[in-house]
Amino acid sequence: MALNIFKYSSPASFYPLAGKMVPVFYGLAAVFTIVGLYISFFVAPTDATQGEAYRIIFIHVPAAWMSMFIYIVMAIWAGLGLVLNTRLSSMMAQALAPTGAMFTFVALITGAFWGKPTWGTWWEWDARMTSELILLFLYIGYMSLTAAIDDVRRADKAGAILAMVGGINVPIIYFSVKWWNTLHQGASVSLTSSPSMAKTMLLGMLIMAIAAWMYSIAVALSRVRLLMLEREKSSAWVQEILEQKS
Amino acid sequence: MKPRHKKLLWVVGGLSLLGVATGLVLNALKSNLNYFYSPTQVSNHEAPSNRTFRLGGLVVEGSLKRQTDGLTVEFVVTDTARNIPVVYKGILPDLFKEGKSVVAQGKLGADGHFVADQVLAKHDENYMPPEAAKALEDAKKLKAKEALKP
Repeated sequence: MALNIFKYSSPASFYPLAGKMVPVFYGLAAVFTIVGLYISFFVAPTDATQGEAYRIIFIHVPAAWMSMFIYIVMAIWAGLGLVLNTRLSSMMAQALAPTGAMFTFVALITGAFWGKPTWGTWWEWDARMTSELILLFLYIGYMSLTAAIDDVRRADKAGAILAMVGGINVPIIYFSVKWWNTLHQGASVSLTSSPSMAKTMLLGMLIMAIAAWMYSIAVALSRVRLLMLEREKSSAWVQEILEQKS
Repeated sequence: MKPRHKKLLWVVGGLSLLGVATGLVLNALKSNLNYFYSPTQVSNHEAPSNRTFRLGGLVVEGSLKRQTDGLTVEFVVTDTARNIPVVYKGILPDLFKEGKSVVAQGKLGADGHFVADQVLAKHDENYMPPEAAKALEDAKKLKAKEALKP
């Protein structure tokens, strides 16, 4: 018998599954973070030109990757919710937004801390930094818009349009360093060419990126569980859970 | 047509229109979105002549001179095709080095000197331990030596 994955597109059956997944992903996130930080601070060598200051990439780069990737996933979920009217999709989009905003914020702040010792400035209005700042505003805009409309279905629709339109910003962020002259350096790691980093540095960065993935999945799942309870509070399956608890 | 398909069509149509529009806007803004101008662009008078702009390029090896007041520095920025001399009064960032990239903000003087009021170091995307950097440097020197041999 084939596993019916569509079964899990209904909140009633996804809620317990997500509940089982959350601790697993939190555990993985903890393991990868510990290993990643150990490699980042004790194994990876000092950089020839930037000295120890370069070690901020172990936080900065995974955070920046996640900020862009979560936005794309969020926009896809929001778009699916708009087109297919599936309840869970819109909830997934809402659950991802705060985590994406957090990673964007971390990328901007760590970038400023990196910029001061290396470039000599906290902030410059170059294309990469400006478009990343716009990403933060898009996340905040999406969260405010969906929170400002009382009717949940209308809030989802309005949010979905904003999320999808804002999606155009993500390729701009990613390619900004290629298309224009920017203060920000080009990509060290890309799909098309071999990375221009020492192996242990790259390893530390990739493990930290996996940790960021695991953390994002865990946090988004636990948030979507709360959203499911909140939105479906009058349905039979939530009542059942409440009865079991009390 | 089912309402779901109609909605999908609207979403796809709307997003592709938006994509084309953004592409056109970005293309039109191309020169304005550049953070700095290269020495070649400055030589071709593509940079604004009466207001501040940023000049970016490599610092020519051996071009850094410190004036007697101890604060004013002079160096030459190149993109390997054209050179622009830069005058700057202030503290240079730690990563400022001959042969490395910089971005200087300021105005082009009448004598062709670029008078900078801010100099930023622009580092590249290469990360390596000092030993590897030294090995690369040695290899480069060796190559240069061999090139000089008849």
